[in-house]
Amino acid sequence: MMDAVLLARWQFALTSIYHWLFVPLTLGMTVVVAIMEITYVTTKNEVYKKMAKFWGKLFLINFAMGVVTGIVQEFHFGMNWAEYSRFMGDIFGAPLALEALTAFFLESTFMGAWIFGWDKLSAKAHAIVAVLVAIGTNLSAFWILVASSFMQHPVGYVLRNGRAEMNSFADILSNGYVPGQYSHIFFDGIMTAGVIIASISAWHLLRKNATDFYNRSIRWGLVVTLVGGILAMGAGHMQGQYVAKVQPMKMAAMEALWETAEPAPFTVFAGIDEKAQKNSGALEIPGGLSLMIHNSFTQGKVEGIKDLQKAAEAQYGPGDYTPHVTSVFWSFRAMIAAGSLMFLVAIIALFMHQKGKLENSRAMLKWVFWMLPLPYIANSTGWYVAEAGRQPWLVYGLQKTFDGASRTVTAPEIWTTIIGFTAVYILAAIAALYLAVKHIKKGPEGNDAHDVVEVKEEATLWK
Amino acid sequence: MEIIMQHLDVVWFILVCVLFCGFFMLEGFDYGVGILLPILGKSDTERRQMINTVGPVWDGNQVWMITAGGATFASFPQVYATLFSGFYLALFLMLAALIARGVAFEFRSKDKAPAWRKTFDYCIFFGSLIPALLWGVTVGNLIQGTPIDAHMNFVGGFFDLLSPYTILCGIAFILVFVYHGALYTSIKTVGAISERARATALVEGVITAVGALVLVGATYYYTDLFNSTLAAVAFGLAIVCFLISWAFARTRSTGKGFFFSCLTVILVTVAYFAGLFPRIMVSSLDPAWSLTITNAASSQYTLTLMTIVALIFVPIVLIYQAWTYWTFRHRVSEKDLHY
Repeated sequence: MMDAVLLARWQFALTSIYHWLFVPLTLGMTVVVAIMEITYVTTKNEVYKKMAKFWGKLFLINFAMGVVTGIVQEFHFGMNWAEYSRFMGDIFGAPLALEALTAFFLESTFMGAWIFGWDKLSAKAHAIVAVLVAIGTNLSAFWILVASSFMQHPVGYVLRNGRAEMNSFADILSNGYVPGQYSHIFFDGIMTAGVIIASISAWHLLRKNATDFYNRSIRWGLVVTLVGGILAMGAGHMQGQYVAKVQPMKMAAMEALWETAEPAPFTVFAGIDEKAQKNSGALEIPGGLSLMIHNSFTQGKVEGIKDLQKAAEAQYGPGDYTPHVTSVFWSFRAMIAAGSLMFLVAIIALFMHQKGKLENSRAMLKWVFWMLPLPYIANSTGWYVAEAGRQPWLVYGLQKTFDGASRTVTAPEIWTTIIGFTAVYILAAIAALYLAVKHIKKGPEGNDAHDVVEVKEEATLWK
Repeated sequence: MEIIMQHLDVVWFILVCVLFCGFFMLEGFDYGVGILLPILGKSDTERRQMINTVGPVWDGNQVWMITAGGATFASFPQVYATLFSGFYLALFLMLAALIARGVAFEFRSKDKAPAWRKTFDYCIFFGSLIPALLWGVTVGNLIQGTPIDAHMNFVGGFFDLLSPYTILCGIAFILVFVYHGALYTSIKTVGAISERARATALVEGVITAVGALVLVGATYYYTDLFNSTLAAVAFGLAIVCFLISWAFARTRSTGKGFFFSCLTVILVTVAYFAGLFPRIMVSSLDPAWSLTITNAASSQYTLTLMTIVALIFVPIVLIYQAWTYWTFRHRVSEKDLHY
């Protein structure tokens, strides 16, 4: 049984993180492309249409991957987490159905119109379609985060008939966990889009391709990165303070804080010994954590893992209530490091762009190009912190992960789907990367990937 | 109003039925077009024409399935849990097929290497065939009954899902969708491909009619569907609509033919839901262990909330989806190929 639960967790982690590779770019890019189209409509400057088309088409490859991997997410809860679905379905199903009804229909219907509507719709109508797509994608993120926030911090429910039942939808919507989490992810998506645009533009500027187009694009990319970055950091800070309040164990694990401390230091890095429950060789900023959580260097108690574990045992009975500290600790640092680096590079590059020096600075352009993997690192590790930091709970304080798995699904069945999904995902990723690189290399001129030479082919599949 | 509030579980049974009607009617022709792609499309241009007929709409159509899944989760979480954990490997196959198909639509024509295109043609073909088959098998299993124990757990394996009746359902679904898709291709394309699609529909329609008769007999023999008068009437009307559709297609009124094949798909769906009511998943071990609209439903609060949400958003969705169909109502010629 344990084996099957562990496998189910691996599968959820694999497919979710894979799905999550494509989603932030979708969230941000729909917004940026919509702004490009609006700019085109208001300024009538053709270059913005070109930008919307080029970045939009690149984004489509990413969008397709997000859509197809998203179908798996929708059915996942029933497949591997049937007991969770039975226990939480009365609450969790509603935002999921709302997501489909209000967001998926919107984004998919208008995405179709966006792709096929360049010649059939007026520029204005096409821009409106782009805005509706952006609303759809981001609304979908909102609903899934409402659902996810319930798992992190359950509100608006009552335990009845052997399950959690919704008793206030208003409470679920106004869950204090939502604003920080949603805005953090929304701005993170914006930042991701900015970095991708800036990075690919830098690659072309290094090769002196279509310099007008990419000089303008890189400016858009850098500005978007900075705006998204500042707001994502602000939202992250806000969310950190909220997490410290409602999920102190997650916060303690993020900081590998074994002993309760006042004021608590911020550990920059440390060797973590989970068995002995202590750190070695730590570099600490005194009072740093108290400052982050309680806005004060000198005051503000932060509870440590050992005390929290004892308190949890007293409240929920014997058991291990500590998440995997080492991976949560380092993931959190990887996220912050990647985020800060992007922010730093973007601010310097934008400054140089302002002075007209970026285009000819090969070193700086290379820095901008190599930002490419950073949003993906930040997105994945950030999501890991949020999800792994909640363990052993599936729904914080209500249901443990172990109790949520499907009872009838066996380990060999889960192995089958893990291997199967991995194979399909790898093949799809190879095809997507191949197309993306090809599209990027082609550039904005003649980028119409569709107007290719016809392959005359009389044979059917059977011959 | 009070009657509705007292029977929200019935309301949601109907709403889920409506979502499946929309899904099967819309994705039905998408699947049909996908299955017919390598058979009808003799050249690359023709295949692209076919793909472009569903290009602007397939994703929106697919959301009907996702919404049906989400709505089932919200209104009958026990069904969502039992069905998807029980039909585990079948669902995995379907998801893998749908992933391949979705990627293929977007990627296929973005590279001109024949091997590339051929590979994705396969993806579209199997990505349409497998879900069509498996949805038929699933519907067959819901009504025929599956081993569900007293705790609502599906205690069978993958091969328990395959019985003569359920396989027949799967084949029948494929036949109907192919017919439906052939008519859709015919009304949405110009030139030789349009005429070929119509001719295919006529021939394939005869096979479908034979298949439908066998299905009726088997349904009578293997299930209790015909205990429900409504189900029997719907099934009968479905066959009548199918015959009308075929007759229209024969006289070159393909548009009317397609309208009646839409009705056929809807009526078959209604027949199965009516036959199931008030059960959703029949237990083959003990009728008392079946999942019903009573023992599988969400709380009154959640059902009320979701009813309000559905009443507001379903009409909005219908309006804008109708708008896309209107915007892209023209036939696809060789000149306007995006995918």
